[in-house]
Amino acid sequence: MKLAPLTYVRPRSLADAIACLAEHDGEAKLLSGGQSLMPLLALRLAAARVLVDLAGVPGLDRIEATPAHLQIGARVRWHDIETNRLLKTAHPLLVAAVAHVAHYQIRNRGTVGGSLAHADSAAELPAVAVACDGVVVVEGPRGERRIPANAFFHGPLTTDLASDEVITALHLPPWPAGRRFVFEEFARRRGDFALAGVIAHYDAVSDRFRNARVAGFGIADKPVRLTEIETALEGQPLAPEAVERACRAAEHTVAGFDDLQADARYRKALFVTLLRRGLERTLLEKSP
Amino acid sequence: MTRPAISFVVNGAPVELEVDDRTTLGEALRDKLHLTGTHLACEHGVCGACTVIVNGMAVRSCLTLAVQAEGAEIVTVEGLASERGLSPLQAAFRRHHAVQCGFCTPGILTTMHALLTHEPDADEARIRDVLSGNLCRCTGYNSIVEAVLDARESYRQAKQ
Repeated sequence: MKLAPLTYVRPRSLADAIACLAEHDGEAKLLSGGQSLMPLLALRLAAARVLVDLAGVPGLDRIEATPAHLQIGARVRWHDIETNRLLKTAHPLLVAAVAHVAHYQIRNRGTVGGSLAHADSAAELPAVAVACDGVVVVEGPRGERRIPANAFFHGPLTTDLASDEVITALHLPPWPAGRRFVFEEFARRRGDFALAGVIAHYDAVSDRFRNARVAGFGIADKPVRLTEIETALEGQPLAPEAVERACRAAEHTVAGFDDLQADARYRKALFVTLLRRGLERTLLEKSP
Repeated sequence: MTRPAISFVVNGAPVELEVDDRTTLGEALRDKLHLTGTHLACEHGVCGACTVIVNGMAVRSCLTLAVQAEGAEIVTVEGLASERGLSPLQAAFRRHHAVQCGFCTPGILTTMHALLTHEPDADEARIRDVLSGNLCRCTGYNSIVEAVLDARESYRQAKQ
């Protein structure tokens, strides 16, 4: 459980960090909170000759939350999101999701950018980004790129990020007041990665489902948007029948997968149960 | 990799030491500073035994490099008691027999000390939620929760 020998550098600017990545051409890795990278290095599942710590790069730890604009800096920690007053109303789904991320001590160091770059298929933040049309903002030698979340995640621990690019922020579209959401996940132990998880949100307009969005995590090789379930909900009256339609659609569209933790059938059953439970709970909410 | 010595403050005392870049904070505390109260067990961020307090925040010292702690203020389990004796949290652990084999205890003490310092009114649900980041293989969680609940009053008074 020891890291292989490496060199640690702490650049003072984003430009220096990018230059450092480019100079070491695939042999360098960015260090943000280190809560996913350090275990990988300790278990020798990942290797890096050079660790480029972003702690000295200014400006990456900002949360910008106005009614029209929501941007979370890459160095923002889970703890910062949990304790930010603006976010409780600016993006309640994000706040609810972060409460499920790992444990207290991890939440004190783990960061938004680190989670996006690590891209665990069962992680909460990548799924929120996919479910909410998030845009990952990255900076590299060729300038800035703004990558929609659904194109950013390629597969397990694999993203669109080039080896010389740095994630600087996650942009989320504004969250309308009164929007209802579901965040449900099942893990065997508190703080573990979920075996299956559901994110859904919709606007209750004239007692009907509008702008329905459904995404799943822990059920495929990356977080996935589930448009068939959205279609089953869209325009339906806010009633248990719509929830059943959604669950039937989920039975068709969610495949799940097998690994050492759980088999595909179990993951699928969990997903449907969580979807039903979460949507039924939202039906009890009063319209504003 | 040789580098200029790093410096930080541990339990109120400034220290300077030379470490390889790959050395974790937990290793540096134990092997270089001989503060062996911090226990390294899983060394990949699962068990919580190595928890120390860095700039007021409970963190896993196995997931932090020593070089990242440059300039930080660190409190280990050795920093909790004073010349006058056990800290109120430690005393509560003794009263409630919240220790069995004791291996996980330093990490739980540092975690709960950080929690109650920030949230002296933490309720049982919050304490149990935070405690989920520390594994006790003897599974003596109930007495630990009782001890932490009991210690809250002294943190409330300290905050006033």
